[in-house]
Amino acid sequence: MTTLAVVIPYWGQSILRSLGVAAAVLLPAGTAVYVYLFKMVSFMQSRLGPMEAGPYGSMQLFAEVGKFLQKEDLIPRGADRRIFKLAPIVVVATVFLVYVPIPFGPFAVFGSYDTGIFLALAVSSISVLGILMAGWSSANKYSLMGGLRAAGQLLAYELPMVLAVVGVVIQAGTLNLQGIVAAQHSEKIFGWGGIGYPYVVTQFVGLAVFLIAAQAELTQTPFDMPIAESELVAGYMTEYSGFRFLLFFIGEFAAAGAFAALASTLFLGGWALPWVSLSNHWMNVVGPLVLFTKMMLVMFVIFWVRFTYPRLREDQLQRFAWKVLIPITLANIVVTAVVKVVF
Amino acid sequence: MTAVSDRRQLAYIASQAADARVNVELETEGMTLNIGPQHPATHGTLRIVARLDGEQVVSADPICGYMHRGYEKLTEVRSFPQVTTLVNRIDWLGSFANEVPFILAAEKLMGIEAPPRAQYIRTILFELSRIANVSLFLGDMGVQLGALTAVFYAFRDREYVLNQIEAATGGRFHPNFDRIGGLKDDLPKGWIAETRACMDKMRTFCDLMEDLLVGNEIFAERTRGIGVIPRDVALSYGLSGANLRASGVDFDLRRDQRLPMAWDKAEWKVWTHPDGDSFARYWVRLQEVRESTRIVDQLLDSLPSGPVMAKVPRIIKVPEGEAWVSTENPLGEMGYYVVSKGDTGPFRVKIRSASFNNIAVASWVLKGTFVPDVITILASLYFILGDIDR
Repeated sequence: MTTLAVVIPYWGQSILRSLGVAAAVLLPAGTAVYVYLFKMVSFMQSRLGPMEAGPYGSMQLFAEVGKFLQKEDLIPRGADRRIFKLAPIVVVATVFLVYVPIPFGPFAVFGSYDTGIFLALAVSSISVLGILMAGWSSANKYSLMGGLRAAGQLLAYELPMVLAVVGVVIQAGTLNLQGIVAAQHSEKIFGWGGIGYPYVVTQFVGLAVFLIAAQAELTQTPFDMPIAESELVAGYMTEYSGFRFLLFFIGEFAAAGAFAALASTLFLGGWALPWVSLSNHWMNVVGPLVLFTKMMLVMFVIFWVRFTYPRLREDQLQRFAWKVLIPITLANIVVTAVVKVVF
Repeated sequence: MTAVSDRRQLAYIASQAADARVNVELETEGMTLNIGPQHPATHGTLRIVARLDGEQVVSADPICGYMHRGYEKLTEVRSFPQVTTLVNRIDWLGSFANEVPFILAAEKLMGIEAPPRAQYIRTILFELSRIANVSLFLGDMGVQLGALTAVFYAFRDREYVLNQIEAATGGRFHPNFDRIGGLKDDLPKGWIAETRACMDKMRTFCDLMEDLLVGNEIFAERTRGIGVIPRDVALSYGLSGANLRASGVDFDLRRDQRLPMAWDKAEWKVWTHPDGDSFARYWVRLQEVRESTRIVDQLLDSLPSGPVMAKVPRIIKVPEGEAWVSTENPLGEMGYYVVSKGDTGPFRVKIRSASFNNIAVASWVLKGTFVPDVITILASLYFILGDIDR
């Protein structure tokens, strides 16, 4: 194995990383919007979706971005202007931060931390702040209710999400996401090492809870009462238009990508290919594609659920988190720990 | 009954007293939320002024009249055949059904009756407009609950019914097909077979909605036990149609009164539900669509031959008198009280539309519910704005 021949200076690395994180955030988000939000959903609802902009409407996304950029930037008279302007940026910035510890290849990682998964989950809850800011500063009753609902919901579902991950952490013995990928690559399923050991085999409960909690964190349909277009119009986004709305929109779908990336790293083996050595340099190129494929699979499930189910009520959602999900995850942790000690 | 309500009253007073003690420290201010007139859940321009405590509704007042079009007054300057053009637009989703009671009232005053074939076709078109109307509700309820997909299926399959209505009458939304003494035209060729196929599709659609929504646990969670209207309240507020039947009252004007229509020629069932909640209202309507497809199928089988128009004078002058005719429209009981002074046009028409009464119960049933339930209860009461304001 040879190392890469070129030595990249520090400023070059910084530029590459900045471009990389922009691509990592925007590519999955854009792909998800086109493939799932525009097309898959249209087929589910027996319609065609966008067809005019580009072949099969594939340029529709750019048309939409262009449309949003042209729109007037409205700020309500009673709004807290500074907070109102800051809120969407906070939401989007959070998503960028979640991507930092996620590995895409042996060296293709923005920052390798020993407590990577902890960092990702901690940072992902900052977006609550942005949503609360948006809801509060809009000077709109619907926005306020949406923001408060979002805050309650995101805080409630943070806990099952963290607890669902604990099972994986126990099994891998590390909080480092790169270490979790390596553990899934090297371990064997009851002595059979054909495909490594993706933790979904034993942690399927954890994956299910993680996906449900992610659905709630993303405020997607069974849990979309902060947005709830039929009752709160658009919740905390009601007063936003133009570019600021676009930022919220990007934030929502990029966050879906981030949670999908986390789920596929934790439960589906991450960027690694089972038969290829972890230290193979080509995995820096192939790894992102592998991870991207897995992310798309997870996002398919997220959007499938989103466009099939009705939404719960706020109190039912809280009850579901505290009375169902948390006991399940606690039991999962206990079982995982016992099995880990016994075997 | 009284003992229970007394105990409830005492418990309420006790809880109020406890709250009062807490509220000395935690004074919370109520909030007034204007739901509408421009709000996606109000299907138009209904305004609901809700006083909220947190997310709980303390009081809710529906305010209507934003879409008042003055049809009762307008009828006074129209001739009898022209009125159908107006009343078409009251409940715009089931417009053919709006024409029928007015025409029947006029015929009653003139002492004529449409020929049997016209009666059958009227009944068939009446039921088709019921299917077109209620099937949209079946999907729209999903949208109000956040399940977007259902309404697309509703719009898709409703289109088949609208096509049939268009093929027969020439108008998809506003047929204006009824004439005093019969119908404008006979059915076109091949219409009967197409309608049969369409009824099959609608039954499949009902099964689909049953799978997608009725069988869904979240749907049940959001509708069961929500917005309960007991039998006596439903009766005292003058509810009608599926809202009344969902409260356990077995009342259907198609069966309970004699009209020169063909409902008694078919075999069908009036469904009721004892619960009176949002789920019951949805379920009753779902069964209603199924029964309507059965009625249409049977009437198509036994359609008599003959003319579709009785002998009527060229210029229609309705003799002096007053007549009241009401029918079981898609939204409930719809009736016209027609007063004639022997002229070519009516002297006065009073329209009793179902939604106006159905929405009156809202302030009673919305009290104490949560904001998300306000939307689902309103959706399950199923009103058309044009039917409220006229």
